[in-house]
Order: sequence, then C-alpha cells, then structure tokens
Amino acid sequence: MKTVFVTVGTTSFDDLIASVISQDAVQALVARGYEELVLQVGRGSILPGPDSCPGLTLQAFRFKDSIAGDIQRADLVISHAGAGSCLEALGAGRPLLVVVNDRLMDNHQLELARKLHADSHLLYCTCSNLTHTLRTMDLSQLTPFCLGQPEKFANFMDQALGLH
Amino acid sequence: MAALFGVFCGFILIIVLFTLRLFFVVRKGSGYRPGKKGSVSVLVVAGSGGHTTEILRLMGSLSESYCPRHYVIADTDKMSEDKIRTLEASKKQQDQGNFTIHRVPRSREVRQSWSSSVFTTMNALLYSVPLLFNLQPDVLLCNGPGTCVPLCLAGLLLGILGAKKILIVYVESICRVERLSLSGKILYHLSDYFFVQWPSLKDKYPKSIYLGRVV
Repeated sequence: MKTVFVTVGTTSFDDLIASVISQDAVQALVARGYEELVLQVGRGSILPGPDSCPGLTLQAFRFKDSIAGDIQRADLVISHAGAGSCLEALGAGRPLLVVVNDRLMDNHQLELARKLHADSHLLYCTCSNLTHTLRTMDLSQLTPFCLGQPEKFANFMDQALGLH
Repeated sequence: MAALFGVFCGFILIIVLFTLRLFFVVRKGSGYRPGKKGSVSVLVVAGSGGHTTEILRLMGSLSESYCPRHYVIADTDKMSEDKIRTLEASKKQQDQGNFTIHRVPRSREVRQSWSSSVFTTMNALLYSVPLLFNLQPDVLLCNGPGTCVPLCLAGLLLGILGAKKILIVYVESICRVERLSLSGKILYHLSDYFFVQWPSLKDKYPKSIYLGRVV
C-alpha cells in the first residue's frame, strides 16, 4: 500500500494535522495513488478517528519510542521542520515534504528547510499551500542526502582533550 | 557618607576582579588537557526534541574514555530520558552504567515570552550551580537549548571561583545555517570549543570550528 507518514515531532502542530486531513488535501493524495495515511500527532488536540478521511486508510497516534519503522514503510514523509524528524526521514532515504510552522517564535526551523531544499534534498511548504504542493510536487527531482559524521567531532575532541 | 562610598568602591572592585577572573578562565581553555589522566567526565545537556537527537548522535560517537557521563534534562521533558537510556544500553559491556541523569527547571518553554524567560532562566541558575559543584565534570557539552545557558554560566562561575575548570564545548544545531541561536550568540565568546555545521556560519563567526555536518 502506498503510504504517507505525517510527523509533528515532540510538541504539536495542529495546523498541519488539520490541513492534511482536509478534504482537498485528501483528494490530492488519493489522486497521486496514496492509499494509507499514518499520523503522528504528538501533544496536539486533533487525534482523528480511522474514518476521518474517506478514500484513505487512516491510523493516528501520539508518540512511539521510535518512528523508524513508520518512516521506512512510508512512500512519502510529511514532517514539521524539526531537525530530528528531517534527518531521520532523509537518513532513511524517504522523499520528504517539510511543512513549516509559521507560528513558532523566530521560526529558526525555516533556515534548515530552505538550505536542504536549495540543495534539492526535500520539498517544503506552509499549511496554507499544502494542498497545492501535494497536487503539483515532483518527487523525482530530489537528490539523496548523506548524514553528517559525528566521528569527525569525536576525533577532534579526543585530540583537543589529550585523549588518545 | 564615607561608608557608602566605601561600599560602592568595594562593589566596583568585586565586579572588576570578577571580570578579570572571567577573562582569565575563558582564555585558559585552549591549553587545558583533562584527557591526560586517561578519562574525561562529561556533563551533557539534552534539551528535548531535536536537540536531544543531535546531542545523542554526538554522544554515540564518543569512546568509553568519556566517563562518567552526566546527562541533564529539563524537568518537564518526558522523551529525552528514554532516548538517553536507549543509547546507554547500547554501550560496550565494560562501559555500561557509567552515567547519571539529572533534571533542572526549564529555562524557557517553547513559545514562552522572552521577558518571562529571564526569570525562569535565573531560577534554573539556582539549580545549576549546586549541580555543577557536585558533579565537577571536565567537560560540559551542549548544543543550544535554553537549558544549557544557566548550566554554562554555572560552569564558568566554578572556574571564576577557582573550584574547577570546566571546558565548555558548544555544537550549534544543524538547524542554524545562516544565523546563530540566542544560546549560540551568548556562548560564542564564553565557550572553549564552539562548533558550527554550515560554512556560512564559519564565515560570520571566524573563531568557530567547522568540520562539516557532524550530526
């Protein structure tokens, strides 16, 4: 089953959940051949029931110890712009659409989404143009992303601290 | 009148001495090698959400010479403790259990106003000072959440008072591409090792260390 996985991270993002289960967005997903929608809603106030989106099989939960399995199974990941969620999805090689939350203080998440988008690793949009993006996006333009190398940090610190 | 003047002069003198000590402590970092004794104790600030994910990726790359490891999380953070325990459970046999977890009041909740954040940060400082004094780590590792500022200030205070030199290692979040976070701006001049993960920040902050993306 072609699956879309939506994640809001450790806080909440009601606007995203509301936008993605809206009729227009659901129609756009069905038109692209998606059959299943899995929502991780965090502390949000919207937890949709299984029949909320006719045309799509819906599953919704708040938190799991690890969303690695959901990410692996997904054909498309729609995520808030948090670094952890983005890096997990990109590290798993999944096509990623980031939705930026324009209600956040100084919206620092936008910088990362913009940079990764500029390097063609993901697509991004806001809640207000989510449906339009779902209708018009071209996932084949995305290029693979290499995860960072913490070993470089470890080697540097070992030297700097006098550990060998 | 004279007494008041005397108190005022005394006060100014303390401020001057304090500033000089701070300058001295911050400068001393570059030559200090706590690893010479074979191990380095680390206090790690796990600031919730993506901050925790990033810092734990860094912690996963560090060898067993970094012990004991003291993790500090905000009191309202429910997720980080689980992630920390999962990482620690994956450590080598002989390194198992070499860690502790501590909680401090959060300096600032997501979306809290900046003005009230000054008070909550000062409250966090009152908890941070005794914690640092008890643990006396060689290194304090953090990556930008508000929680780290009072802890770093407490670490500096210990150095100023001559109790212990604590190396402050700051790794700016991968989210910061063009501009430093507020924590980063505060700690850029106060930390001993300041890492950025994008070249545009290295250009703007030449004293930072750029090794490419490390998380």
